[in-house]
Amino acid sequence: MKAFLILEDGTVFTGQSIGAAREVISEIVFNTSMTGYLEVLTDPSYSGQAVVMTYPLIGNYGICYEDMESDRPWLDAFLVRELSRMPSNFRSEDTIQNFLLKYDIPGIAGIDTRALTKILREKGTMNGCITTNENYSLDELLPRIAAYKTGKEVEKVSCKEKYVLAGDGPKVALLDLGAKRNIARSLNARGCEVTVYPALTPAAEILAAKPDGIMLSNGPGDPKECASIIAEIKKLYDSNVPIFAICLGHQLMALANGADTHKMKYGHRGGNHPVRDLSTGRVYISSQNHGYVVDTDKLDPAVAVPAFENVNDGTNEGLAYTNKNIFTVQYHPEACPGPLDSGYLFDRFMKMMEVER
Amino acid sequence: MPKNPQIKKVLVIGSGPIVIGQAAEFDYAGTQACRSLKEEGIEVVLLNSNPATIMTDKDIADKVYIEPLTVEVVEQLILKERPDSVLPTLGGQAGLNLAMELEERGFLKEHDVKLIGTTSETIKKAEDRLEFKSTMEKIGEPVAPSKVVESIEEGVAFTRTIGFPVVLRPAYTLGGSGGGIAHDHHELVEILENGLRLSRVGQVLVERCIAGWKEIEYEVMRDSAGNVITVCNMENIDPVGVHTGDSIVVAPSQTLGDKEYQMLRTSALNIITELNITGGCNVQFALHPTSFEYCVIEVNPRVSRSSALASKATGYPIAKVAAKIALGYTLDEIKNAITGKTYASFEPMLDYCVVKMPRLPFDKFISASRKLTTQMKATGEVMSICDNFEGALMKAIRSLEQHVDCLLSYDFSELNEEELMQQLARVDDRRIWVIAEALRRGVPYDKIHEITMIDNWFIDKLAILVEMEQALKTQELTEKLLKEAKRIEFPDNVIARLTGRTEAEIKQLRYENGITAAYKMVDTCAAEFAAETPYYYSVFGSEDEAGAGDEYTFGNSENSAATVDSPDKKNETACGDQASAAVRKKVLVLGSGPIRIGQGIEFDFCSVHCTWAFAKEGYETIIINNNPETVSTDFDIADKLYFEPLTPEDVENVVRLEKPDGAVVQFGGQTAIKLTEALMKMGVPILGTSAENVDAAEDRELFDRILEKCSIPRPAGDTVYTAEEAKEVANRLGYPVLVRPSYVLGGQGMQIAINDEDVDSYIGIINRIAQEHPILVDKYLVGKEIEVDAVCDGEDVLIPGIMEHIERAGIHSGDSISVYPAQSISPKIKRVIEDYTRKLARSLHVIGLINIQFIVSNDEVFVIEVNPRSSRTVPYISKVTGIPIVPLATKVILGAKIRELGYEPGLQPEADYFAIKMPVFSFEKIRGADISLGPEMKSTGECLGIAATFDEALYKAFLGAGINLPKHKNMIMTVRDADKLEAADLAKRFEALGYNIFATKGTARALMEADVQVRMTRKIEQESPNIMDLILGHEIDLVIDTPSQGVGHSKDGFLIRRNAIETGVNVLTSLDTAEALITSLENNNIHGLTLVNIAEITTRGQA
Repeated sequence: MKAFLILEDGTVFTGQSIGAAREVISEIVFNTSMTGYLEVLTDPSYSGQAVVMTYPLIGNYGICYEDMESDRPWLDAFLVRELSRMPSNFRSEDTIQNFLLKYDIPGIAGIDTRALTKILREKGTMNGCITTNENYSLDELLPRIAAYKTGKEVEKVSCKEKYVLAGDGPKVALLDLGAKRNIARSLNARGCEVTVYPALTPAAEILAAKPDGIMLSNGPGDPKECASIIAEIKKLYDSNVPIFAICLGHQLMALANGADTHKMKYGHRGGNHPVRDLSTGRVYISSQNHGYVVDTDKLDPAVAVPAFENVNDGTNEGLAYTNKNIFTVQYHPEACPGPLDSGYLFDRFMKMMEVER
Repeated sequence: MPKNPQIKKVLVIGSGPIVIGQAAEFDYAGTQACRSLKEEGIEVVLLNSNPATIMTDKDIADKVYIEPLTVEVVEQLILKERPDSVLPTLGGQAGLNLAMELEERGFLKEHDVKLIGTTSETIKKAEDRLEFKSTMEKIGEPVAPSKVVESIEEGVAFTRTIGFPVVLRPAYTLGGSGGGIAHDHHELVEILENGLRLSRVGQVLVERCIAGWKEIEYEVMRDSAGNVITVCNMENIDPVGVHTGDSIVVAPSQTLGDKEYQMLRTSALNIITELNITGGCNVQFALHPTSFEYCVIEVNPRVSRSSALASKATGYPIAKVAAKIALGYTLDEIKNAITGKTYASFEPMLDYCVVKMPRLPFDKFISASRKLTTQMKATGEVMSICDNFEGALMKAIRSLEQHVDCLLSYDFSELNEEELMQQLARVDDRRIWVIAEALRRGVPYDKIHEITMIDNWFIDKLAILVEMEQALKTQELTEKLLKEAKRIEFPDNVIARLTGRTEAEIKQLRYENGITAAYKMVDTCAAEFAAETPYYYSVFGSEDEAGAGDEYTFGNSENSAATVDSPDKKNETACGDQASAAVRKKVLVLGSGPIRIGQGIEFDFCSVHCTWAFAKEGYETIIINNNPETVSTDFDIADKLYFEPLTPEDVENVVRLEKPDGAVVQFGGQTAIKLTEALMKMGVPILGTSAENVDAAEDRELFDRILEKCSIPRPAGDTVYTAEEAKEVANRLGYPVLVRPSYVLGGQGMQIAINDEDVDSYIGIINRIAQEHPILVDKYLVGKEIEVDAVCDGEDVLIPGIMEHIERAGIHSGDSISVYPAQSISPKIKRVIEDYTRKLARSLHVIGLINIQFIVSNDEVFVIEVNPRSSRTVPYISKVTGIPIVPLATKVILGAKIRELGYEPGLQPEADYFAIKMPVFSFEKIRGADISLGPEMKSTGECLGIAATFDEALYKAFLGAGINLPKHKNMIMTVRDADKLEAADLAKRFEALGYNIFATKGTARALMEADVQVRMTRKIEQESPNIMDLILGHEIDLVIDTPSQGVGHSKDGFLIRRNAIETGVNVLTSLDTAEALITSLENNNIHGLTLVNIAEITTRGQA
């Protein structure tokens, strides 16, 4: 079946429909990872977005359910150059075609993903519609596409009930803003008892459990939409419990402390971004997925100072909070997909908790 | 960390002659590194014995020494030039081994010279089997259970504990020389014995056989601050068991999930960190196909063939970055030259698929075993890029120039089921064609996988290609089907064959339906950032981005109609070739494709220099080539690089887009010459010698007419098509005769026949290769072979020099020792040669280069071959005479006159130095190849001896080729009857140097009669100890064995030569070569050499 991608600016790509045939309007973003499509599909941070994979051959190693980063795909649509007709991997349990159908995710294959990526790079991230309706009307569609905005994505993807991953080490409270599984797994693997809280959990409830450390997770959407969460995070900041935050968690902590965030032209999504640790000068290749970034120019050095920066464009990649046991990063030390090089940050967090205990 | 200010003068060691396992990739890496060092204001001293390289040009390094790569020479050079540092990681295994020896001797320390780019500890940790293993164990990286053994007994005992099969890898050898898999005791002993001897340190690793596991490679980089990155990973389609140089390789890996990808990536980074490498490193892994278990196979702590491939596959210039790191820079301080915006501290992301295929030399060594093992056999390789795997594979296949263009090119349809299964189990270069045949017959994927261990994903891709063949054969050729066939890169001629139409019809059908090639950019970052470097590959069914550079364009290219349309047209921006309709004239330079015997690195040298010369004249330059190892495919050589097959169709696609003002074909070897006619039909003017005149040089009848007109004699001969005609001509001329196909390359299929039987057998062999052209039968003349390269501007002819071959006519010019200036011919003969050259160049209306070969027989000069193009000798003659032949020819092609450029036409005054080009062979790598020399070329590379005297030049040339004598002062002579008198004289001279001479009965008797103290030895078939034991005893310096002529040469001789070669003994099969060797040994020793800085040779003229 034919499918069409219609961009906000009127550009139309024609390809074949994959997955669900339903029409969807979303924000189109691209990811440059060459492996890890299942992790991308199930990363809750993509909620409210449709993802283009720049690597042209997708689905080669099928679906290994244990690699899912949450219990379902959260993105609105999946756009690829070519889907492998036959997956091959000893762990593969399913094809990506079936997976998309099973979770009712629409998609398009056979489009010139490089041309599309260049458009997004030059004009910036924009909205688009994927439809199988050959008789679509641009006049009708374009205003609807332009009107699309991501909604309350965090609430949608966060867990509904708190739950505990047993461990005999430090007790960590993980605030699930759309957490990838490997965050909890990384802590759990280091012996932590991890209690995962829904995003809207009041700070008081978390602090009452007397955690040794608090972890703020990644998550979808515009950080400024999360006003009530930001207020609770401010309380966590005041608590003196060691805090480590990733991605959205990093942005919310910054917003809670007077910094600003802004939307980037086309964001950072992939597994090859160089990040400089400003305390050592060392550069690490990181896994990234963010469309917003913290403005450091409005940051009061008495509150926090930049700790990491992106080598390519100089944007902020992390903050160290002054006189606080708090550090936050924009990128993904939990990887999945992407390089495992920043796993040492979890160790740093462990040390921080140890000292406090 | 900024540049280390203490580094001011660096010695860069090159890799020497091209041999199997060490090819043009080191010229590419070395050239890039030298330029990168000079950019930083470093004085560069270069040492490499290979004159056909670009790195040995005086504009690449400040001081250039084309000298033998021996420890003695490097020591002398260090004393002479006093560099503060040595950069050894760019010269392959040869360079690394030299550096190790210098370090071990304490020489570097003594003279306060530092190794940069790596340390001797690092080299040891990576290359010494035992240290490597313990290093890996220390950081918890798994290696296959293994043991380093130093004796056969030890090897046998260890194998008993781990069981067969076992893999054997000698330490410190290149391309896995002497390695292999042993399945039983007999094989174990045989390979061990050989490997122990070939290893520089007498060690062989015996390890658990992991054959059949996935073979995955990572190219990683590290700087002195400890920053680490991965440039690229690659997956071998052929599982472990086939050397990665002989495997079909795809980048990035296709069948690894993120978990496996990151697991191995992390391992590779841990390894480079533990080895403390500053620069590039290649890590090879074996990954179990059905678990996460993996083993580290090997680490190369230097740039390598794989790193060249990774550089070309990603656009990331590994050698350049490695050189900067060696100077002290960190990755985040080095700009990414492709994007111009980002830094070297990132990991390239591909948005395409790259396939590399090896160019194997079995067309040259018909008797050799095609079996692929852990011993590399490929002489070169091709790379292709596409947005799908099938297309990349199809493009790679046709880039090979081995008469293959699809999966039907090797026909296995005659085999029955059982035979096919057996063939499938045979690991050789035709395996994917066998799989295709199995798929055609419906053999299940799992069955094919079980036998070959090739991943089902790749088998499915081959199946897609086979299904397309079927569809084209059986279905109506609709627009949709044609589109899909082109998307997966079926060439028009294959579609034509399968659909029963003509190629022209297919092309027309394509154009009518807008199915044309579009070009995408290699930008290191999957389009995330705008790139500045125009490096392109073709795809079908996507929009083009080559026409207007990488400016933001989309929407109106004719190629994009299939996938992109802008219904409201509001997004149209300028696109396509109109936008780049620049004032500058455009020239298309055709490269020479994969390195193969007969067409080597010298043509890349010529192509690159020609490109630079055109650029200097204000032209926009465009290169098409497909060889990832070369300088010409570096992203900053030409204004635009198209990484494409060199077939008429692929070239036409580029031509349609670029509309060049002209094309040059005379620098790209026979590959480019073969495209002349096609280019002419496309309406592209051929710059320089016209297409008709190229044809006149190659067409026998036309050429004969020209010779007749000029009154230039050639050996009598005729053109035939059948064996019967050939025999008739041969008998009329009288045997021996030379039989060869016209349009030959490197004497391919050329043989001397001494009787009718020979003719029958040769014609049979020749006809194995598709023949569109007739066969030539010529009288074989015995005499001196002379060669000239000349530049002609249409009127005047400039001859840089006359070269003479040491071996008599009958041995291919590429396999002969070539001496400049010619030594043994009279001034009168030189004048005749000058005169003939002038007449021929003028009559053929040559504009640019011409190469002519003559035979001087009884004071008479005959022409035997004319090539209207550059030749293998151009680089070395340019270097020794100071005449920049390629830039000169390029200017002449553009209309300049020789006289205007400051040259007096005619034969140029001789240079101050003798230069001797010595062929270098890779026989030990090719099991079963006959090493005897003849009209068919067999050498893979060459080195140069340059000195003020003939003898010293000769000595250096032998030394450069690895013939470093005397050692044990024992030698064996077995010569044919005709040579016995001459052999006696030689024997006496070797005897005078203290040599013990062994010989079998016939030769011994002849030598005794001439009063040589000879020791008689038994023949092979006689009881032990016989000649074979002598050879295998490892105390023989040299074997002189002259094979009897004709096809029926003795099996004995073949066995002696093979065994000697595989035992690492020098073997000479021509008395002329032997005579040259003894002459050089009589007057020289390794400690008394004078090193020549060729950068001091004055450049002549203004070219």
